[in-house]
Amino acid sequence: MNFDLTEDQTLLVDTVREFVKKESPVERMRKLRSSELGWDKAVWKKMGELGWLGVMFPESVGGAGMTFVEAGLIVQELGTTLVPEPIIPLFVAGSAIAEAGSAEQQARFLAPSVAGDQSLAFAFLEEQSRHDPHSVRTHAHPAGAGYRLRGKKRWVLSGHAADAIVVSARSSGDEASADGLSLFVVDRSLPGVSVQPVATMDGQKAALLELADVEVGADRLLGGVGKAGPLLSALMDLGAAATVCEASGILQTVLWMTRNYLMERKQFNVAIGSFQALQHRTVDMFVETELAKSVAMLAMIKAQDPDAGERRRAISAAKASIIESGAFVTRQGIQLHGGIGVTDEHDVGLYFKRMHILATLFGDDAFHLARYASLPSFSANV
Amino acid sequence: MDLSFSPEELAFRDEVRAWIKSALPPHLAAKAEMDAEFTHAEVMSWHKILAGKGWAAPHWPKEVGGTGWDASRRFLFSEELELAGTPRLSPFGLAMVGPLMIQFGNDAQKKRYLPKILSGEEVWCQGYSEPNAGSDLASLALRAEDKGDHFILNGQKTWTTYAQYADWIFVLARTNAEAKKKQEGISFILCEMKSPGVTAKPFLTTGGTPAFCETWFENVRVPKENLVGELNQGWTYAKALLGHERTLVAGIGISARALLRAKRIARDTLAGGRPLLDDPVIRTRIATLEVRLDALRMANYRALAGAKLGHAPGPESSILKLRGTEIQQGCMDLLMFLMGDNSLSWFNEPGVVPPREQWVAPGFNYLRAATIYAGSNEIQKNIIAKMILGLP
Ligand SMILES: Cc1cc2nc3c(=O)[nH]c(=O)nc-3n(C[C@H](O)[C@H](O)[C@H](O)COP(=O)(O)OP(=O)(O)OC[C@H]3O[C@@H](n4cnc5c(N)ncnc54)[C@H](O)[C@@H]3O)c2cc1C
Repeated sequence: MNFDLTEDQTLLVDTVREFVKKESPVERMRKLRSSELGWDKAVWKKMGELGWLGVMFPESVGGAGMTFVEAGLIVQELGTTLVPEPIIPLFVAGSAIAEAGSAEQQARFLAPSVAGDQSLAFAFLEEQSRHDPHSVRTHAHPAGAGYRLRGKKRWVLSGHAADAIVVSARSSGDEASADGLSLFVVDRSLPGVSVQPVATMDGQKAALLELADVEVGADRLLGGVGKAGPLLSALMDLGAAATVCEASGILQTVLWMTRNYLMERKQFNVAIGSFQALQHRTVDMFVETELAKSVAMLAMIKAQDPDAGERRRAISAAKASIIESGAFVTRQGIQLHGGIGVTDEHDVGLYFKRMHILATLFGDDAFHLARYASLPSFSANV
Repeated sequence: MDLSFSPEELAFRDEVRAWIKSALPPHLAAKAEMDAEFTHAEVMSWHKILAGKGWAAPHWPKEVGGTGWDASRRFLFSEELELAGTPRLSPFGLAMVGPLMIQFGNDAQKKRYLPKILSGEEVWCQGYSEPNAGSDLASLALRAEDKGDHFILNGQKTWTTYAQYADWIFVLARTNAEAKKKQEGISFILCEMKSPGVTAKPFLTTGGTPAFCETWFENVRVPKENLVGELNQGWTYAKALLGHERTLVAGIGISARALLRAKRIARDTLAGGRPLLDDPVIRTRIATLEVRLDALRMANYRALAGAKLGHAPGPESSILKLRGTEIQQGCMDLLMFLMGDNSLSWFNEPGVVPPREQWVAPGFNYLRAATIYAGSNEIQKNIIAKMILGLP
């Protein structure tokens, strides 16, 4: 067993750390909160140039050809200062294209985002889906040489800004069936596509997407028609793994922010960190943060495991566990700051909000616990 | 042992319930139905309706406009208001400075201030906390200098809830810097917000609304007659007030209302074509919180029964604050969970999520404060450890 990073990975982490410290402290995200886009295209371009956006994608599209481990390491560091650029949507939507798309599709739809010239979003949630990626009502009907798409998607992260959106749609099977699902790349500018930007609690933006008989060519279909069920599961896991990594970064910041505040804040003539009740609380925060770091590693390693059962087990374990850690650490982070912790001008509340978003995206604790408990591994050797 | 309310008490509850139904104006009733947040103006309009009925200050003595109800009736009344989702009245006049004045103020003060607190004509805020005096309130530094017939106030208060709407503020101020114990040099003073030198700057809370302010005092002149009670005795008065209405701090009705809201959201949310409320896992999750609330309600009834027998509510009320606020927060967590992906939303964007879900996210954020304000839960635990368990 070896939990050490390689030299390349260490270098990568150091570069991202340097970037967040110097170029993207939380104030940057704070400013961008009220802007129409919510993030910064110049920074996105820079991330492309640094090779981060393509880290897990093939060299043929300009990527670095590494794995989700490197992607996860980047996301974890970006989480420490709540960097708002839409890298998780890119990793998920981009993986759909990289996994199922032809070489031509990859070059056309993925390469521009890897370079930081465009961005991608992933549209899979619907009103009824409650975290289940196979619960899809949006329909894809054959039309001429291509397809006609009709339906509504919700909470498409950064969908208000994406040039192209990877959309799940059903050509056969009933509402929750894993069979009959396909993935399409839909340009935001196509006729019939309407995008309503909505604010999410963390100060970022998502889109409510409506597809009103949108005509797309066969060149927009990723992989075989009706065959995307297993890929959708895998993408869900990849997205969940990414949220785990970002959450781990968040918790590290909240832990140390709180610990430093306990050293600094004086009441009753002493630093409040000298109260044993608060020391123990902070120790529990530390323990949870260590567990969070550990499951982030688990998620990084297992996110692309070809054994779907093992992948689901590990990702669900990591996600359900970090949701508990995250709830504790961010809530106590606020509590130990006292009044200032519930002001908008203090950062701890921003981390609390983002933690909730991460806990909910790509499956909440109830979803992952139920999934974990339904796997054969759970009942093996009983 | 008798766990039930008397037939008279139950009849009283029915009367209150029926009255709320008829008295709550339709536009407020519509918001209450959706558990929306009320504006300050809406809260004040409800205050005036309650005052018209003589029910704005049930806990005040009858002579000054109270109702003469006992602790059980006051509890039932408050629970009915909360269960109906009515706007919650600002506590600073009715529940804080009013009772304090009734106990320690002089006749002139009672005559001048109480009627307008009761009617809602004058709005109050509470100036206790300062940047360096939170849990350690006694170390407060706002200075009130004795200038013969008036005081001059200099310093700063903070977290002053709704100071931006208030006509008056009651402050704890230092009037004797030389006192041996810091608790001994503090006085209780009333100050008009429009006095020259007072400024209140609202803070946005994490809930997205400007609920509290930083309040500055720069050479503010306050007539001596605004001193309540004796000079340098303010700490004693403030402490006496802490014991007041401690049987209502659990917010039983607030949480009961939130659980109702949870069940309604679960009823209206479909997963796999069926209401969430039909799912045993979901029902269990709601029930887990509800049984804790049942337990706390019983603990609250015990405190009420004690109050009826004339026992002053003691440090036991810390239990009610402690678990009551934790359950309130648990309810917000539950609501967010039930909303599923909709809980990604923020607020003020009509049509994005169902109306009943619109105001959950601000509450989820703001209510983190419930375990901080009114004596943080850590401080409540210190009180229980010392006063009840006798730990050194
Ligand atoms: C929403 C909101 C509204 C408010 N409204 C008002 C208002 O209208 N008027 C007003 O005067 N004040 C108001 N307050 C202030 C409130 O009373 C204080 O926030 C509270 O007393 C805590 O003080 P603090 O914020 O300075 O935190 P601190 O006292 O600095 O506490 C920080 C942390 O340390 C813990 N702690 C402190 N001492 C100890 C100890 N001895 N042992 C263990 N733990 C300890 C606290 O529990 C907390 O977790 C409000 C606060 C909030 C959040």
